Formats: sequence, C-alpha cells, structure tokens
Amino acid sequence: MSVILVFLTVVIGFSFWWLSHQRLMSKPWLEHGAALPTTDVSYMPTAKVALGIFLAVIGSLFALFASAYFMRMEYADWQAPPLPAVLWFNTIVLVLASIALSCAVRAARENRMDITRLGLATAGLSSIVFLIGQLAAWRTLSAAGHFMDVNAANGFFYLITGMHGLHILGGLVALARVSAVAWRETYCSARVRLGIDLCAMYWHFLLFVWLCLFILLAGWAGDLVAICRQFLA
Amino acid sequence: MVDATPHAEQGVPPAETPELELYHPKGWWTTYVFSQDAKVIAIQYSGTALAIGLVALVLSWLMRLQLGFPGTFDFITPEAYYQFMTMHGMIMVIYLLTALFLGGFGNYLIPLMVGARDMVFPYVNMLSYWIYLLAVLVLVASFFAPGGPTGAGWTLYPPQAILSGTPGGQGAGIILMLVSLILFIIGFTMGGLNYVVTVVQGRTRGMTLMRMPLTVWGIFTATVMALLAFPALFVACVMMLFDRLLGTSFFMPALVEMGQLMSYGGGSPILFQHLFWFFGHPEVYIVALPAFGIVSDLISTHARKNIFGYRMMVWAIIIIGALSFVVWAHHMYVSGMHPWFGFFFATTTLIIAIPTAIKVYNWVLTLWRGDIHLTLPMLFSLAFIVTFVNGGLTGLFLGNVVVDVPLSDTMFVVAHFHMVMGVAPVLVVFGAIYHWYPKITGRMLNEAMGQFHFWVTFVGAYAIFFPMHYVGLVGVPRRYPELGDVAFVADSVHSLNAFITIAALIVGFAQMVFLFNLVWSLRYGREAGGNPWRATSLEWQTPTTPPPHGNWGAARPIVYRWAYDYSVPGAPEDFIAQNDPGPQHRGAV
Repeated sequence: MSVILVFLTVVIGFSFWWLSHQRLMSKPWLEHGAALPTTDVSYMPTAKVALGIFLAVIGSLFALFASAYFMRMEYADWQAPPLPAVLWFNTIVLVLASIALSCAVRAARENRMDITRLGLATAGLSSIVFLIGQLAAWRTLSAAGHFMDVNAANGFFYLITGMHGLHILGGLVALARVSAVAWRETYCSARVRLGIDLCAMYWHFLLFVWLCLFILLAGWAGDLVAICRQFLA
Repeated sequence: MVDATPHAEQGVPPAETPELELYHPKGWWTTYVFSQDAKVIAIQYSGTALAIGLVALVLSWLMRLQLGFPGTFDFITPEAYYQFMTMHGMIMVIYLLTALFLGGFGNYLIPLMVGARDMVFPYVNMLSYWIYLLAVLVLVASFFAPGGPTGAGWTLYPPQAILSGTPGGQGAGIILMLVSLILFIIGFTMGGLNYVVTVVQGRTRGMTLMRMPLTVWGIFTATVMALLAFPALFVACVMMLFDRLLGTSFFMPALVEMGQLMSYGGGSPILFQHLFWFFGHPEVYIVALPAFGIVSDLISTHARKNIFGYRMMVWAIIIIGALSFVVWAHHMYVSGMHPWFGFFFATTTLIIAIPTAIKVYNWVLTLWRGDIHLTLPMLFSLAFIVTFVNGGLTGLFLGNVVVDVPLSDTMFVVAHFHMVMGVAPVLVVFGAIYHWYPKITGRMLNEAMGQFHFWVTFVGAYAIFFPMHYVGLVGVPRRYPELGDVAFVADSVHSLNAFITIAALIVGFAQMVFLFNLVWSLRYGREAGGNPWRATSLEWQTPTTPPPHGNWGAARPIVYRWAYDYSVPGAPEDFIAQNDPGPQHRGAV
C-alpha cells in the first residue's frame, strides 16, 4: 500500500498548504461585523478547480492499482509478461498528443484559429492511434499465449492498460465536444480557450499516469526502488 | 431582520464570483423529476435512501427473529440468514448512511449554508442522483435473481464471496452487488465533486472558510475523504468482478471445491482485505464527520450558545479526516499480519481518539450553562453524545491488538460498530430531520409523535445493543444463524437474545411512526415560518420558505459574521443572523 500512501501524502500535503492560506488561525467569534466582508474564493475558473479535484480522484484510482500490483509482485510465483515493443511507439504517440494540445492552448491564447484546430485534430488522432496501439499490444500478448487468466501479472497488465485506455476514451468525448465548438466559431472565445485548457490538463495528467504505468509494467519500478534505497543507504 | 443586499450596503464592491447561470425548469417533469435544483435532488436522494433503508430495517427484523427464536421460522434458512445479514449491512452503510448524509444533507444544506444559488454543476449533480438510483435498482434486482442476493457478508471477502458454497456466489447475486457498488461510486464521484467545488468556489461574499457552519465543514471533509477512499472499493470490485467473470486470479488462491481443483491459482485474499479496508475505515468517518458537524450546529442552536472552541472543532475534523487513512489495518488484526504492523495501526487508532475526544468535550462545554431547550433536535443530539461516547469506549478495547484478538468476530464487535456508526449517526439524522424539516416543507413535524419516536428509539437502541456486548463477551460469535447446544453459551444468552429481538421489533415500529409523521406533517403540521428555531445560519434567512430554485431572490446574501452569534450581550435578540451587518451598518440602511 506504499504507493497510495505516498500519493495521499502528496494530496493531503497540498490540501494542508491550501488550507494554510485560508486563515484557519482567524478567530471568527471576535469579528463583529465591523469590517467590510471580504471573500476568499479563488479567481481560477470553477471548471479548472473541479478538474483538478477529479484528477486527484483518478490519481488515487491508479495509485491503488499500482499498490495492488506491488503487493502481488512480492509473491514468489510472479511472472510478468514480456513487454510488447509497440508500447514504445504508443508512448511516443501519447507524448505527441500532449504536445499538440499544448500548442493548441498557446495558439488559442494568441487567437490563431487554424493552428488551434490543427493542434486539436492532431491530439485527437494521435490519441486514437494510441488506443489502437494498445489494442495491438493486447493482441501481441494474447497471440503469444499470455491470456489474462494465465497468471496474475497478465491480469494486471490487461486491467491496468484497459482502465487507462477507458480514461483516454472518456477524454476523447470531451475533446470532440471542444473541437466541435472550435470548428463552429470563427475566433477563440473564452469558452473554447477554457475547454482546450481543460483538455490539455487532462491529457498531461493521463500521460504522466501512463509513464508511471509503463515503468511499472516494464518491471523497472523495482529497480528504481532499489536504486533509491542505495542512495539512502 | 435587515435584508443585506449589495445595493443596500454602500461601498461594498460587487461579488467577485459571477452568478451561476441556472437552467430554470419549464414543466412538471423538469421541476420534480429531472430537476437540476440541488434541493429537489436532495429530497430525491433522501427519499430513495430512506426507502432502501426500510428494506434493510425489515431484513434486520428477520435476522433478529431467527436469533431470538431459532427454528421458529422455516423460511429463514442459514443461506437466507446470510443474505439478510449481507444486504442489511451493505444497504445501511453505503446506500442509506453515505447517500443520506452526503447526497441528502449535502445537497440540501451546502448551497444554502454557503449562500450559493445551487451546486456549481447542476446537470452533473442531477446525473449523480440518477446513477445512484440505478445502483439501488441493481441492488434490489439481486433479490429477484436466481439464487438470490449475495450472502458473503458486507465485507465480501474472497475467496468465499464467489464460491458456490456462499449464497449468490456462483449465481448473479455477487455480480449484481459488485456492479451496483461500481455504479454507486461513479454516481457519488459526480455528486462529490459538486459538493467540494461548491464549498471551494461557490461561497457568497464574506463567507470565509472559518465562518462556515460546522455542518458544511463536516460534509466537506467527509466528501473529500470519500472521493479519495471510494476508488479503493472501486478497484476491489472491478478486480473481483474480473475474477468471477473472466477467470483471472487477483484474489483467488488455488482451491479445491467439492473435491475438484478449481482453475484459480496464485491470488491473494489479503490484497482484497487491504483494498477493502483502505476504503472501509475512512467510510466510518465519511458517515461520522457529517454527523459531528450537524450535531455541533444543533447543539449550539438549541442551547442558544456559541459553539465552544470553533477553531478546535474545525481542526479536529480535518485531523480526523487525515488520520482515518492510516488506521485501516485495525480491521485485520487476525489476518496474520506482522506484529509491528499491528503495533503501528493500534497506535494510530488510539491517536485518532484525541481529536474525537476534543469534539466531545467541546459539545459538552457548549451545553455547559447554555439555555438548553429540550426540543426534539436537542434530545437527539444529547442522545448522540451519550451513544457516541459509549460506542467509542468499546472502540478502545477493539483498537488494541491483544484485547481485540479474543473479541474478534464476536457479537461484541457487532454491538460496538452498531453503537458508534449505526445508532449514533442515525440519531443525528433524526435530529437533523426534525431541525430542517420546517425549512424543507414550511411546516413543523408533530411534537407528540416525535417525542414517542425519540424515547422509544433511544431507550430501545440501548435495550438492543447493551446486552449484545455481554453476549459477545461470553464468546458468542457473530454471523452464526443459530447457536445450538454448546456448553460455553449460557442460558442467559438465549433469553437475552429473545429480549433483544423484541426490543428490535418495537424500535422498528417507532420508525414507522416517524415515517408516518413525515407524511402527516406535510399536510397537517403547524406552520413553521421562515426561522422557527431562531437560528443564525444562512439557510434560515431565505426570503421565502421553502426556498425556491435559486434560493435567494434578487441578490445573494452578504455574510458579516460566523454562524454562532447566539446570546450576544447587548444584542436586541438572542441571535444575530450571519447576514446581519450589525448595528453600525444597520443604521445606514
């Protein structure tokens, strides 16, 4: 359960940092209506705050999968399936999608509609290619006889990649809606810019999750932990 | 009462957060059924939760009938008993308490108490309810599935949960249970995001975090915890569903069933227990924290005194929330874990008693020299304090490894958790309903029926659960449909069991009176007016009662003070509303 505990430490640490800026030391019983009321609601768009919290929930979900993976890994019979080579290609494609969305965010801010649209289209297409690539990875594994019910490591591989793919798929729905508006409008309205910002945030996060999962599934996580231990020693 | 609008108050800049654009309902369907108004959604959530809770209540009667008078009722077979027990536990914890506190009270009170017009994402909020309803329907469907609902116990421990020996294990029961839980979590996440973001972003002008009523603090913190903890249950459910349907072996070790080697192998049942309790323990506080918050407000209002140690109360809520994530393995002392882990988790468990005790002291100190009105909400709050302390004290026994081991899996545990997370929060639910019913409907609940309901429930709950501790101490195990003739079970246990059953039936009857009261008072209750309890918090200051969609009429209220200005010396009345600008400004209006 160490992964989820580390993740929670980060989340709780961030929450305490936020709370420490909310005047938790104030004494409300001494304020007798004399001062003009102030508000401390942040200027950040509400949707962005909501997405941030939602990403924490998704992070918690994948941290728990990773925790379960580590716990099971310690058993003597652990036998991870070979890593399909196509995963390298998929990783690059997903990085490309993230970069394309970053470009779209910038272009939208500068109100360059054609580049914005190009960025959105590239991100959408490369994400679809990523999903097809993940399916190809599944096929490679199952063709070699590594079915999900053969051993727990195989099961984890299909489960974790599938869960990540579902999240990309959900993101694609949002991206499609934002793109539809971007194609309809002639300039970058605040609504489109916010939508693209949110998509970019989501994609960067899912890329980060994927990189972590890739390290996990490739079996390098154990090496990383060993290296860290050596540093500490 | 002065209506403090931005226009009335010179020199106050306009609100910094933009007004929420609301989708106003146009017809009957969008007003009462597919409504995006948080208050209607709250009532839908509460109604559904109470309805399914009633099913769980009936199930508890059936269990008690079997335990009190074994062999008398032919239809209660051991299999049926396990199914009743499982569904009773699961419904009460998840589909009743969690849904009622967060979906019901959260939806109704958060927007009103922080001065918002609605939740920040009304559409998603509506979706949350409908997915919750779907989850409940899937759960109910399992009663009618071939083989009946699952009988695996509410903890659904594998491998037994999906084996043929367990009722519903090889039928559809366990599948429907897992699917229903997954749906519940998806629906809850939608609602939960709303509750948290509304508190963070939707507060009205002047409503700083430290001016929020403790009810909002409790629900807010509980929701944050639930958002982080429910994924653990989600992961566990998905993995078990894979084991059951796709033949994976996440939780299933190599097994011989009926002399046949099963195709499973290499799974870890302990892994499930870790995931389950990583959700399961925060869940206790997900139910308790809203209750803590609500009871603080009830006590303060009905004792006409400010809450003692407001800051401490807020900090305690936050600290309890954070600590509750590092105590989960105290549910697993007998699972064969390393003694050092047991030591660690026992220590964290005992540490969590400190902020909890602070809260209890503060409630009692709020009552000290207060102008205590023994209204129904106050009676229920007092009953809550007593019950929570009682249940908490037995928690100290069970939190220590050496004491827990002999008590583990006895009726003592059942008595403990029913006291602390069953009876105690439910008493708060009742108190809160008596308190806020006038705001929701415009009418008071009937006092005589309420008194009957309170006394029978309070005394009856003790008649049920106090003897159960003794039954557990002599070693009667939980989850046994029948004790049979065993030497260590004294005759007194049998008569106690019969006594408990009769008490349970009477307490159950009192709940019917309560439900009748809810319906009867809707029509015949005394007119309440806008602020019958003369309370300070914003929900009592709405221009009309019940509040319409949008809550506040032309302009949102401005908050000038905290929610606990009761019996302020020199004030014309014994309470000052949160949106009262005070004498200096009032003169200028």
